[in-house]
Amino acid sequence: MAISSSIWVWIAAFLTLAVFSFLYKDNIIYKMVEALFVGVSAGYSIVIILKHSFVPNIWKPLFVSHNLLYLIPFLLGLLFFAMLSRKTAYLTHIPFAFLIGSGAGFALPLVFQTNVMAQVKGTMLFAPSHYPSLGAFINALIIFIGVLTVLFYFFFSRGEKTNRGIIVKTGIAFIMIGFGASFGYTVMARLSLLVGRLYFLFGTWLGILH
Amino acid sequence: MAKFDISNIDRRWIYITILLGALLPLFVPITFAPKISPEVKAVYDYIDKLPPGSVILLSFDYGPSTLPETEPMAEDIMKHAFINGVRVIGISLTEEGALLALKAYSNVVKEFENYGTIRVNYGYDFVFLGYKSGRQAVILSIGEDIRKTFPTDYQGTNIDDIPMMFNVKNYKDISLVVDISSTNTPNDWITYAYSRYKVPVAVGVTAVLAANYYPFIQTGQIIGLIGGVKGASEYEYLVNQKIQSNWGMKPKRIPAMRNMSALTVAELLIVLFIILGNIGYFSQKGNKRR
Amino acid sequence: MKRFLSRTLPLLMVLIFGVLGAIQYFVPHKVSQVYYRTILTWSIGVSSMAVIMAAISFLRYHYKKIMSSEGDTLYSSIALVAFLAMLGFGAFGTDKGSLFYQFYQNIFVPINSTMFSLLAFYMASASYRAFRAKTFEAALLLTAAIIVILGTTPVGSSIFLDKVTMWIMSIPNLAQKRGILIGVGLGATATSLKIILGIEKNWLGG
Repeated sequence: MAISSSIWVWIAAFLTLAVFSFLYKDNIIYKMVEALFVGVSAGYSIVIILKHSFVPNIWKPLFVSHNLLYLIPFLLGLLFFAMLSRKTAYLTHIPFAFLIGSGAGFALPLVFQTNVMAQVKGTMLFAPSHYPSLGAFINALIIFIGVLTVLFYFFFSRGEKTNRGIIVKTGIAFIMIGFGASFGYTVMARLSLLVGRLYFLFGTWLGILH
Repeated sequence: MAKFDISNIDRRWIYITILLGALLPLFVPITFAPKISPEVKAVYDYIDKLPPGSVILLSFDYGPSTLPETEPMAEDIMKHAFINGVRVIGISLTEEGALLALKAYSNVVKEFENYGTIRVNYGYDFVFLGYKSGRQAVILSIGEDIRKTFPTDYQGTNIDDIPMMFNVKNYKDISLVVDISSTNTPNDWITYAYSRYKVPVAVGVTAVLAANYYPFIQTGQIIGLIGGVKGASEYEYLVNQKIQSNWGMKPKRIPAMRNMSALTVAELLIVLFIILGNIGYFSQKGNKRR
Repeated sequence: MKRFLSRTLPLLMVLIFGVLGAIQYFVPHKVSQVYYRTILTWSIGVSSMAVIMAAISFLRYHYKKIMSSEGDTLYSSIALVAFLAMLGFGAFGTDKGSLFYQFYQNIFVPINSTMFSLLAFYMASASYRAFRAKTFEAALLLTAAIIVILGTTPVGSSIFLDKVTMWIMSIPNLAQKRGILIGVGLGATATSLKIILGIEKNWLGG
């Protein structure tokens, strides 16, 4: 492999190094790149949303297919523009009420079923004979104790450090192990991203790596 | 020369050490065969057992900030599906995912062209329907009528003119939803697609989020989990084994396995920093007591 | 009239759409199905229009900053030019090979992914400076973290830490995450109910 001859790769490499320069200290090049990122990011999102969502799902059905059923969401959506003036900004409450109300209504039974019912069911403890091995029963018991003590900690502890009962202490222990596990995986995530960037610089750009 | 103080190492030394720890292994192209975890194997087996002609829905919900982890997952799911004759509908619930989906698909097409064994045809084996705003409403709406949700593909082609979509109306015609994500979209897929329409869901997420999805595996709300670059490397290994046994060629593109092997030194360094920090802390504490 | 449009009507709307949205789940009647599908289609359309407003706000914010010539004019100008350039490129196509695609893949992607990769350095520094076993709880966190980190490496696998990692993930970690999940589920359900019944009004701006 040889050094890249693509102008785009060189641009990407320059931007990568510019962001890395922040590790030394904040500087004008980094800030300019940051501003470029903000602009490109906003422009990108708008184009994607307009092209993929607004045009096929509201503009075309209403103005090309003349389906008048789409007039209501279009008018509701237009009310968002009331935000442009302080005097009329309150009108945006109407489209928000539609989105929040219908969203909350749809979510209500499903969130309860997913996060509460199914999870409580999965925590239920049965007699040891119900499990394939003693180990499986012990694991189920640990999950049972863990879920109960964590919930107890969230709902009944008042945050004071003194007089912590055994239930709250057990709950905290589970929380700490869980956070430790998440942190361990986060280390892997962030490092893999760094390796990815280094592979880009030394492989794709400089052509040193194969 | 300044005396080395274990309780106060300059951050610049830490930065340089971690940089070298991540960089140097890249020059030593050794890859380790990963041990396959049950949650990754479950996703692989599920797709492997789907009859040819089945349709899966792949949601590209990741952004550039997790690319080395999530992109190989998306590519390997597609490769696995195409090898088995399973068709893939691509969609995106995050704006960022839209163009990353196109890139992942073109990577897979290019790789398959190099093998020269099977040809992937857009519209027959794969279709990308693009991004839609209103995440929960989109997931629910697919359950009613995918045509109302996605009247066209990302290029603007009418969905009724796309051959592989002829017999797809809603989740009843979709064997599996695979969500590759760097945000909390899997929660929405579980809540709105699985709980409401009982469509099986598999999840591939950045390692930052992976630990959150274990409760859903145990309850059967998701069939399996591909977590971070570790899970990606396991899936990549399984798919490569399949390519090798089916077509007798060894895949050269192994981004996840390469990344996973290169991580080892840097991960050990992080552990070393934690230990050094604690040695420094306890030795200082001991000195104060004295 | 203003009070009606800003408070009464929105509160009435969340009540009606919320109650009907929840009820349709339990009532598989044809009318309920038609209502459900219509609302879903509308929701996708309405939410896409909220974003156009966001674009206008972005333009206004940076335009004002440039006109007021207070400090960050340079950065606002760069952001604005980049924004308009993306809109312009997008008008000519977003397919692979288009300028819009190239800008995304070669400007947005490298900046975003490098910004997040910086966290690897900060995390290494924090591991040394902040993760100290000052208490029993902190020691538990550290031990779990070290086992999980080592468990993902070939070194850890050779001393069976991969099996310990798997156990931590699928038993104590599961219990902790499930506890949070149930708590969040109960909280979200209560908040949804409060919004629908008009008890929670923060979304109306106090």
